[in-house]
Amino acid sequence: MVALAIAERDRPGAAGASLDVKGVSHAFDIDGAVLPVLEDVSFKIAPGEFVALLGPSGCGKSTLLRLVAGLEAPRSGSLREDGDVITGPFPSRVVVFQDPTLFPWRTVWHNVALGLEAQGILKSQRHRVDAAIDLVGLSAFRNAYPHQLSGGMAQRVALARALVNDPRILVLDEPLGKLDSLTRITMQAEISALWQRSGFTTLLVTHDVEEAVFLANRVIVFSERPARIKADIAVDRPFPRHRGDPALAELRRHILGLLGLDATW
Amino acid sequence: MSTYSETSRAAVLAQTAEEGAALEARPLSLPSSFLVNGPAVFASLAWAGFGLSCLWWEDLGDWSRTHELAITAFVVAVGILATTLGGSRLGRFAAGLRARAPWLLALGLFLTLWEVATAKFAWLPLPFFPPPQAIVEVYTDDLPKLLASAFASVKLQLVGYAIGAAAGFITGVSIGWSRSVGYWVHPILRFIGPLPATAWLPIAFFCFPSSWSASTFLIALATAFPVTVLTWSGVASVSSAYYDVARTLGAKPSFLVLKVAIPAALPHVFVGLFMGLGSSFAVLVVAEMIGVKAGLGWYLQWAQGWAAYANMYAALIVMSLLCSGAITLLFRTRDRLLVWQKGVVKW
Repeated sequence: MVALAIAERDRPGAAGASLDVKGVSHAFDIDGAVLPVLEDVSFKIAPGEFVALLGPSGCGKSTLLRLVAGLEAPRSGSLREDGDVITGPFPSRVVVFQDPTLFPWRTVWHNVALGLEAQGILKSQRHRVDAAIDLVGLSAFRNAYPHQLSGGMAQRVALARALVNDPRILVLDEPLGKLDSLTRITMQAEISALWQRSGFTTLLVTHDVEEAVFLANRVIVFSERPARIKADIAVDRPFPRHRGDPALAELRRHILGLLGLDATW
Repeated sequence: MSTYSETSRAAVLAQTAEEGAALEARPLSLPSSFLVNGPAVFASLAWAGFGLSCLWWEDLGDWSRTHELAITAFVVAVGILATTLGGSRLGRFAAGLRARAPWLLALGLFLTLWEVATAKFAWLPLPFFPPPQAIVEVYTDDLPKLLASAFASVKLQLVGYAIGAAAGFITGVSIGWSRSVGYWVHPILRFIGPLPATAWLPIAFFCFPSSWSASTFLIALATAFPVTVLTWSGVASVSSAYYDVARTLGAKPSFLVLKVAIPAALPHVFVGLFMGLGSSFAVLVVAEMIGVKAGLGWYLQWAQGWAAYANMYAALIVMSLLCSGAITLLFRTRDRLLVWQKGVVKW
């Protein structure tokens, strides 16, 4: 909370950015063969929206996130952040990966400080690191090394490492996928609260339909690889949400049907 | 948190060890203090025996330090005994001595045997196997020359090793990072690297202005090869996920090299530094024996020429202390720099 208050003071108008994905196709060369992974994907995200991307495993959602992050360039089509074409990584679009990928040689504090250090502004902005660590509730562990943390704590550090940069688009690549179910429920609530308070745009890739409908304003459902958009569903329920909400349960049934999994429901 | 769990674990271990000792003590019906102090008492006796063996029989040769050696042995014996008996007041020192008591005992027995087998009965042929007092004599009477030699060796080793380690590190990082550097340097490395550095000796000695600079080059060469290869493999094996994370956070290429690739590769680099240290010692001694007119290698060669075998053993002992000291220093540095590895990797 402190971090975000400070962030708003430091950078007025730094809330969420819009994202415009237009006719994006992408493919990989594997042993000489071309493997298409994304096919003519187009969607727009308004500033401050929380959009979940759902789809079968290996369909290309994570590739789409790498394109949004600017880690790779699409074979065709364009991605725009607030109207500007994305040409490379930039700290306004930070990714939280499925694995926390903390640097094992850095303490929690120095891991969180990574972005500010890379941008050369750490010296004047040290308080932001402390605030981000407080925000994820790990003040007691600021001098711990990653191997001393549990999986959930490590993922919290990864979240703090992203948030310290005041992202305008937070890109979440199955960040809770490897956590136990209790930790996952807690962290879902925390992410939701963070997003509601700060107003950044969020793009979440997940396999968990319940997670998608609980967190997002909109759920975009992808087909098998090469990924095409199968459905774009608004989740029109107010926050804070309740997991037992029958409207969410109905939505979940509908989406599982789209994924061909309604037989087990 | 971890310190707490470690201390508590240590406490539990200590407790179980005590219980174990108590259980063992019961059937023998010996006082437990004897079991704890026994090895130290025997070690003290062994050193006293060593001192006695020096005095009991006449020396077969003409050695001037036999009495001093005997007195030193008695002092050590009394020291061990006093430390053991006053154990609780001396704390850590006494605990350390107690832990090493079996070694002190073995050492005392070995010295006694050595003394008897050489100086007293010449079971081992004499000029080639000098008694302990002959080696002590070297340390007391030839100290300036030995010190000068040790200093020359350390200087040559330090300069050569530092140059080699720095060159190897920079080359390794460049090959690991840049494909074009790798293209040009890799074949050279494959061709020249495996050649033992000593093979260059004849060429080095006429290419360089002095034998000292030639030896420095050879030591640097011997160090650089393992450091280069391991630094390179360390940089090359850094997970691309680390680079992805750093890049999304706004890292520039220099940051990726200095703050991601190099720290991630450091454990490998230290393996290379360790291997380089070993091979550079070998080159150092050979270079000093053949070309450089100073250093412990030269001292060894000189001693052999004069059939001064005691001097040879004395120099060997100094050399071994210096080499193991250098390796200890390297490991200490590694442990300090790679403190984050505790509990991650053991090697």
